[in-house]
Amino acid sequence: MTCIVDYGVGNLSSLVGSLRHIGEAACVTAEPELLLSADRIILPGVGAFGDAAERLFSSGLAEVLHRAVEKGIPLLGICLGMQLLFERSLEYGEHRGLGLLRGEVRRIDEAGGFPYKIPHMGWNSLKITRSSPILRYVKEGDYVYYVHSFCARGVGDALCASSEYGCEIVGAVSSGNVHGTQFHPEKSGEVGLSILRAFCEMKGGVS
Amino acid sequence: MLAKRIIPCLDVRAGRVVKGTNFEGLRDVEDPVTLARFYNDSGADELVFYDITASAEGRGIFTDILRRVASEIFIPLTVGGGINSLADFDLVLKSGADKVSVNSGAIRRPELIGEAAKRYGDQCVVLSMDVKRVGGELRVFARGGRDDTGLEAIEWAKRGEASGAGEIVLNSIDTDGVKRGFDLEMLRAVSEAVSIPVVASGGAGCIEDFITLFNTLPRVDAGLAASIFHHRTVEIRDLKARLRAKGVDVRV
Repeated sequence: MTCIVDYGVGNLSSLVGSLRHIGEAACVTAEPELLLSADRIILPGVGAFGDAAERLFSSGLAEVLHRAVEKGIPLLGICLGMQLLFERSLEYGEHRGLGLLRGEVRRIDEAGGFPYKIPHMGWNSLKITRSSPILRYVKEGDYVYYVHSFCARGVGDALCASSEYGCEIVGAVSSGNVHGTQFHPEKSGEVGLSILRAFCEMKGGVS
Repeated sequence: MLAKRIIPCLDVRAGRVVKGTNFEGLRDVEDPVTLARFYNDSGADELVFYDITASAEGRGIFTDILRRVASEIFIPLTVGGGINSLADFDLVLKSGADKVSVNSGAIRRPELIGEAAKRYGDQCVVLSMDVKRVGGELRVFARGGRDDTGLEAIEWAKRGEASGAGEIVLNSIDTDGVKRGFDLEMLRAVSEAVSIPVVASGGAGCIEDFITLFNTLPRVDAGLAASIFHHRTVEIRDLKARLRAKGVDVRV
């Protein structure tokens, strides 16, 4: 069973639907006991970082996620859910993240004179920089679907795939049992489904 | 870099896909769910569903179809037709849409664009424009191309962008259904005036029309068509292979 963290952000029907489509039992929940006994956890998210982080911290879910990761439960953050895994974000002010991964979140075009349209929205190809269990079925150059204006920086060797969009966009990260994708696997056709399938094949365990 | 997108458009009425020429003489083609599955398997990058039913009952059938499509097709879905309020946004987003396209509803009440962008994000709001030449001017039409609003297209596009629209679908009434190519002149004028993505619509008749579109207007991000895909005059897989051979970056 894969639990999707319910903290009141966004529409989860595509994510739930895509998990069902690959034969994975999924539940959307904010119950600590359920999350801590899950085989895997997905942290979804669309919207603003500050808002979402505040909800995670004030509800106690941030602490539950830390305990789940300590227990060895595989965790996948998607889009804003990935960004929340890092230490902080500079999206409209400065906000603290979960700090499960090293790095921070900044505007894609912060360098100025950025040549492309923001948000980075559409299909972009992946450059695989390091092997990761979530990318086991993904080939170099496969396309995935992005929608975002902010991106991760300074993620070190957690980086496992990136896309080019006027700068290097962190596409996928993995470190231990913590994983994330900036793109939406539940909107990335067969490639996206293969990433969810790979994640759902992961087994948890006490690390 | 972002791939250029190929988008089949499904006009849905009473649970069936229809497509007319110059918006008149609608003809039934196929079941929307079957067609959506076919397009997903053929490599479509996104699907657009327009609800062309005006009744509340029709809206129920439409959202039902949307839910069925969203439960088995995992690429972006854009929904339009009869979007007049935030409640309309809410309903189709909850039924599985990723983006919502506004047209006549935004002409009647332009604040709708900004309100929706604020609540759901810019990326969620698509401004769809039906444009026709009237006395040397590019004029925006409402109600499926029936009413001349008097609005000038470039101004309306810029206003939409400033209000928070994340994308523009530009449909040329002059070339729609004619199948002699996209309206390059109109597309150039609008795509050079805004910095949000522009989707070309109206006039595609063959593969070459898409090659000409992307090679002539690099600022255009996507090509949308209906009947040539529904009738399989153009197969999306062949189209993408040809585009790639001509140096256009597409997802294959």
